[in-house]
Amino acid sequence: MAAYTEEEFAEELKNQEYKFGFTSEIESDKIPAGLNEDIIRMISAKKQEPEWLLEYRLNAYSVWQEMTEPEWAHVKYKKPDFQAISYFSAPKKQYESWDDVDPEMKATMDKLGISMDEQKKLTGVAVDFVMDSVSVATSFKEKLGELGIIFCSFSEAVQDHPELVKKYLGTVVPTQDNFYAALNSAVFTDGSFCYIPKGVRCPMELSTYFRINEAGTGQFERTLVVADQGSCVSYLEGCTAPQRDENQLHAAVVELIALDDAEIKYSTVQNWFPGDKDGKGGVFNFVTKRGICHTNSKISWTQVETGSAVTWKYPSCVLKGDNSIGEFYSVAVTNNFQQADTGTKMIHLGKNTKSTIISKGISAGESQNSYRGLVQIGSRADNARNFTQCDSLLMTDKCGAHTFPYIECKNNSAKLEHEATTSKIGEDQIFYCQQRGLSEEKAIGLIVNGYCKEVLNKLPMEFAVEAQKLLAISLENSVG
Amino acid sequence: MSKILIDIKNLHAEIEDEGKKILKGLNLTVKAGEVHAIMGPNGAGKSTLASVVSGKDGYEVTEGSVEMDGKDLLELDPDERAKEGLFLAFQYPVEIPGVSNINFLRTAINEIKEYRGEEAVSAKDFMSMVREKSKLVELDSKLASRAVNEGFSGGEKKRNEIFQMAMLEPKVAILDETDSGLDIDALRIVAAGVNKLRNENNAVIVITHYQRLLDYIVPDFVHVLADGKIVKTGDKSLALELEEKGYDWLTTENA
Repeated sequence: MAAYTEEEFAEELKNQEYKFGFTSEIESDKIPAGLNEDIIRMISAKKQEPEWLLEYRLNAYSVWQEMTEPEWAHVKYKKPDFQAISYFSAPKKQYESWDDVDPEMKATMDKLGISMDEQKKLTGVAVDFVMDSVSVATSFKEKLGELGIIFCSFSEAVQDHPELVKKYLGTVVPTQDNFYAALNSAVFTDGSFCYIPKGVRCPMELSTYFRINEAGTGQFERTLVVADQGSCVSYLEGCTAPQRDENQLHAAVVELIALDDAEIKYSTVQNWFPGDKDGKGGVFNFVTKRGICHTNSKISWTQVETGSAVTWKYPSCVLKGDNSIGEFYSVAVTNNFQQADTGTKMIHLGKNTKSTIISKGISAGESQNSYRGLVQIGSRADNARNFTQCDSLLMTDKCGAHTFPYIECKNNSAKLEHEATTSKIGEDQIFYCQQRGLSEEKAIGLIVNGYCKEVLNKLPMEFAVEAQKLLAISLENSVG
Repeated sequence: MSKILIDIKNLHAEIEDEGKKILKGLNLTVKAGEVHAIMGPNGAGKSTLASVVSGKDGYEVTEGSVEMDGKDLLELDPDERAKEGLFLAFQYPVEIPGVSNINFLRTAINEIKEYRGEEAVSAKDFMSMVREKSKLVELDSKLASRAVNEGFSGGEKKRNEIFQMAMLEPKVAILDETDSGLDIDALRIVAAGVNKLRNENNAVIVITHYQRLLDYIVPDFVHVLADGKIVKTGDKSLALELEEKGYDWLTTENA
């Protein structure tokens, strides 16, 4: 997914190439477009993967071939030609100099308050390394290591911790789960792996680490987070800075495993290229994210989605263990011709399980924004509770907001609440702010951020501020 | 002689799209240190006057001019008018969920300061300002940190308007039916707040239906607005006369 430092990842890839000794092949991008068993074998071989992982991929490929692309989402787009994609994407082209970087992108990053050094790193301009960051990153890595926390790229994990990867990969999102998950399982190139040992509370937001260190990203990213018994971790992926990408299709899979008494907080800020003002271009973001909660554990998803031309994403919780808790906090902004179909699934299987869903959709321009959620109470889930609130805010007369809530309840002791509102941004509110000296843009930013406050409050501190600015920027000139 | 803060000349305005004429040649001059009351029957154009002067969308000025302290207001966006020192206490203050009063006002003050080329106010100075000014209208400091007007009672909303006025220290304040929906105690508190904010460098325009408010905020001039223009001007005794006789004698006299 949208990692904060995609360019750094590219850098890392190069280093890895060097480390594993296949430098030139990748840089020259020899893998042809298209998808077949040979391509998958080639990917696996390049990554020096064990046999079981190759088999996992090949199995996924044969499953995928039997599947058809889902059409139930409230989105319209031209289906990608899967044979036209190159499944081993070479590192992205970097800018020759700072002057070559798109001025619009620079301006946006300025508005977000991203420092010049970080801007240069983000855009991939070759710069001298910021010594502070390097040393901080190193000390973080040491600290995490002392606690037994594993946090590395997925490829590294396959090499260094194959037993953990093998034990958990595909246990939450099985290969046959859906079309894109199957595709990802066949061709994923990299991603992140995180393991928190028993009883360890990760002492820092892994986001902090992310910002200054590289993060796994790519077209088909695979993320696996395992929180062992009684452990606790907060993880953030993505970044507020605009992410341009040549790859139109992104199909990531994220699996979270919270063992007994563990807690995982997973936050996402997604700002992939949404296409231009006329709706041309833009990323298709078809992501499968799911976590499983064992006894007394908790998984909390927080997402701020402002990018991508088409979003198809339902971070979900399987509340398998008794007393487990699932949460979903979401802000999804669509502008111009963007389409988002996003929401969550809360699957209550254990007794006394609780879930909370807070979804804030904001539609502007001629965009379409849908909330789609499932709350499922299994027959053995005594005393399950769910609270759902989904609010939609319309900025114009041409946009659409849709809500598709599904409830399936097989246990009479369940208590389910669903609240929904739809409102149009008030001209009165904007005028009120203007009369106090705020420009129209400031006013909209303030009102929208107020509307999303419950969700933004759940983000790690340093990202909450940037996310607020991001919302304002995403909605510039959007009232009509 | 004190300087002219508001100078409205031959103002004609209509509702956009509908073309319905509301203001039909209104003249009003307000000098520093003065309080003017504008009274008049329903539909005379009182609130339209407040909206047009403050730049609300939906009205078209077809003729005339509005100057504040020598600046052409009609050329400016609503936020620029506010930054120049115009304040409107709303008849129906809106709620802004999730945005704290404090955050809202601090953003506003710093935007205004930036416009005027002044330095942003520090958190410490701002908070002491909040404490001082909230006392002025006996606004519970808890309300200051709650979301803007959300869940406020009618009286609390009006007090919050005057609190905001105190924080922003405008040159010209228009109070649009600030007395509506206030009980007598709240009215007294709001009026006392306004009186404390009056000084020789600013001016207040009070739009009201009732003489009651003018017992507390004593005006230097009372104007009667009827059918889009000012049909009579007098001192505070005019308000009493209106209370007694109503508006009919004026409108028919003019017809």
